[in-house]
Amino acid sequence: MSSDFSVVLDQGEIARSLKRIAHEIIEHNKGTSNLVIVGIPTRGSHLAARLTQMLSTLEATNVAMGTLDTTMFRDDLRGSAPRSLGRTELPLSGIHERDVVIVDDVLFSGRTIRAALDALAEHGRPRTVQLSVLIDRGHRELPIRADYVGKNIPTSRSERVKVLLTETDGVDEVRIEGRA
Amino acid sequence: MNRHLLSIADLSKEDALRILDTAAELARVTETPVKKLPTLRGRTIVNLFFEDSTRTRISFEAAAKRLSADVINFSAKGSSLSKGESLKDTALTLQAMGADGVVIRHPSSGAAHRLASQKWMNGSIINAGDGTHEHPTQALLDAYTIREHLRDSNGDLQDIRVAIVGDVLHSRVARSNVLLLQKLGASVTLIAPPTLLPVSVESWGVNVRYQFERDLSNFDAVMMLRVQRERMDDAFFPNEREYSRNFGLNLSRLNQLSAECIVMHPGPMNRGLEISADSADSDKAVIVDQVRNGVAIRMATLYLLLGGE
Amino acid sequence: MRIINLVDVTGKSMELAIKDGRFSSQDSPTANQEIIDGLGLTVIPGLVDLHTHLREPGKEDAETVFTGSYAAASGGYTAISAMPNTNPVADTAGVVEQVYRLGKAHGFCDVFPIGAVTVGQQGIALSEMGAMHSSEAEVRIFSDDGNCVWDSLVMRRALEYVKAFDGIIAQHAQDPRLTQGSQMNEGEVSAILGLKGWPAAAEESIIARDLLLNEHVGSRLHICHLTTAGGVELIRWAKQRGIRVTAEVTPHHLLLTDELARSYDPIFKVNPPLRTDRDVHALREGVADGTIDVIATDHAPHPMEDKECEWAAAAFGMIGLETALSVTYKALVETSLITFADLIKRMSTAPAEIAGYSEHGSLDIGSEANFTLVDLRSKWRVEASAIRSKSKNSPYLGMELPVKVMRTFLRGKEVFSA
Repeated sequence: MSSDFSVVLDQGEIARSLKRIAHEIIEHNKGTSNLVIVGIPTRGSHLAARLTQMLSTLEATNVAMGTLDTTMFRDDLRGSAPRSLGRTELPLSGIHERDVVIVDDVLFSGRTIRAALDALAEHGRPRTVQLSVLIDRGHRELPIRADYVGKNIPTSRSERVKVLLTETDGVDEVRIEGRA
Repeated sequence: MNRHLLSIADLSKEDALRILDTAAELARVTETPVKKLPTLRGRTIVNLFFEDSTRTRISFEAAAKRLSADVINFSAKGSSLSKGESLKDTALTLQAMGADGVVIRHPSSGAAHRLASQKWMNGSIINAGDGTHEHPTQALLDAYTIREHLRDSNGDLQDIRVAIVGDVLHSRVARSNVLLLQKLGASVTLIAPPTLLPVSVESWGVNVRYQFERDLSNFDAVMMLRVQRERMDDAFFPNEREYSRNFGLNLSRLNQLSAECIVMHPGPMNRGLEISADSADSDKAVIVDQVRNGVAIRMATLYLLLGGE
Repeated sequence: MRIINLVDVTGKSMELAIKDGRFSSQDSPTANQEIIDGLGLTVIPGLVDLHTHLREPGKEDAETVFTGSYAAASGGYTAISAMPNTNPVADTAGVVEQVYRLGKAHGFCDVFPIGAVTVGQQGIALSEMGAMHSSEAEVRIFSDDGNCVWDSLVMRRALEYVKAFDGIIAQHAQDPRLTQGSQMNEGEVSAILGLKGWPAAAEESIIARDLLLNEHVGSRLHICHLTTAGGVELIRWAKQRGIRVTAEVTPHHLLLTDELARSYDPIFKVNPPLRTDRDVHALREGVADGTIDVIATDHAPHPMEDKECEWAAAAFGMIGLETALSVTYKALVETSLITFADLIKRMSTAPAEIAGYSEHGSLDIGSEANFTLVDLRSKWRVEASAIRSKSKNSPYLGMELPVKVMRTFLRGKEVFSA
């Protein structure tokens, strides 16, 4: 499938963004002792894994990590084919009274994050919930905002933002398709 | 996937695996403190049971409720069942109530098909057992259980050797299982007296045996069918003693099974008839797992049929 | 009356002359004779059915003699034989005369009642067949259709008894013990569908027994609705041996198979059941080589609630008078197995001969003018709203069929026009 795209973040820029986010997380939370990093499958989980690796290295400790599939909590299920479920797996220590950082690749309408908040609520009551995204492309439909952003990219609704990661797509790149 | 689940024949191999994978994920989720998923909130599921079945009905009810659906139970046991008038009139009543999904169990083969093909009601129809025809979610939970124990809950059932023992002729569980197991790549052997096998069973692509004894160590799973006392005329076999002696899973046969082989039964069991008490309680028996898996499978089925509508 | 511009069953041009309700010679046209343009239609002797269920008395919600005989006329029939499984059963002179008179009064076609072989069709005691024969209805054919005369001794006695007046025992061949609760043909399809099977052997074993009994007793045996390849072979064997037997087959058994049951739609549920492709072909061959003597409809009306339910709860039977000619044409003539002329022999001449309906089945001068005009080029679609029978349980709904019946005449009077 050929489509016009432009690369807005290359491999190096992605790596630097994640590194900066990791430092911001440590600074904001005064360390990593109470953190749980939770990725939203599919690409959010891979980003969460990378972040957790970085945090663990920086603080020389094991930072807790999990994945959280939000499909069953979506409000837009009707009218499209049922989606396959992604993996949900939270650390044994749970999320109660912890500082949870949700990690996703792109923040758009905010509905996925709303579903993630509902999903999290089923598992416990965190002390805080923070949000880290690689790309914020605007067009929020709900009052949701990210605490840590890799890059802000203003887009029009008709454009598509594609995040490719080595783990799933063989390359690290963020593309915008359909830009005039 | 189709709007309805009437027969295993409605499912492609991909559809079937999708159900198993979805059930696996849902099972993990329900092991956590998560009590309910909001996915089917606002939907109404009707359990339309024209036949007694506490076990299956409760399983579907639990599945629907865990997805936050509203559940209405209709049992025709007490009402006057005048032929098929009940099916049509009941359907029209339910349509007026706005059922999004109907789980139907009926003593007549083809009842679920009739409900789905006539224009009496909208909504998805799930066949929970129609006469001696099929019981699709049972076969799905059986396949899921086999996969859980023998394939680490992954992939299909390629090369798994399953024996189904007992009254195949009257068993909807057997028919659905034969279809699904073959679809997933397993090989199936039917073991039964000739009177309890359908004429033309050779066209099903299964192995057929009249002796239980031989080569028992060559099976990975042995599925014992319930002896259907209530569905039989006379003269299918001389008496229960002879049946049990020749086709019952007793301790001696149990000990011939390989170490990894699992023993299954759709329930309810006639302990002492088709399965001895010690076989049922042995650690090869996964009957309790089957029941547990039933809820996850039915959640997956409800989600995949109704989730996208 | 004179009808010009017609063709006969071979396509040859012809004309008809009718006087006082009989075919007359064409040589002397009278002055004010009505002349009708036949529009190039094909003329056939009125069709004769040896197996019809009119449901009256007792089940008038499904059909009456009025609606049934009109449906027959619209299908091109001028004579039908009413089966006795009514309520009360037609096992006495009184009931057969009632049905006979009703048919006459309505006047759409000749209704010849068939009397029951045994009292109440219970298969135990012979009914008053002699009385029924001597009655106004002049019953000659006896049957317990719906039930099998299962007791060998009773069947033997029945065959012997009717020899007195050249009567016929028409057997509904179905071993009840082998078909308890049976729903459809026993085979690959029934095994998959989980519907109780009806083995061919249940039909064939009774046929075989009755053929041997009749060989011994020398009466007249008629086998109703033959449905299996094995049955055809048995009849063929019997005729070669000189056993006096005649056999009928229905239009639906010449066209439809048990594969249709896969939809679980009981519109296809019938007794005896639809069988396999192999059986259909053997039955067609049987008609072609004369093993099977006649086509008979087994027209079996049922109200919709008896079909709009699950299979096991549904009634057995299909209507067939209005589609018989079209369906058999499709199954036998369009497939080049027999000619149209031979088809009409099987649907009119032969049944009239077997049953002794002397005024039917022929266009000969002097015979009653019982005839039908059909359009062989026309196609028509079977619509429930257009069905004349009171019941609409036809397996052909929505199907397009060849050959349309245009006009039917009974004793020279038009009783149906399309």
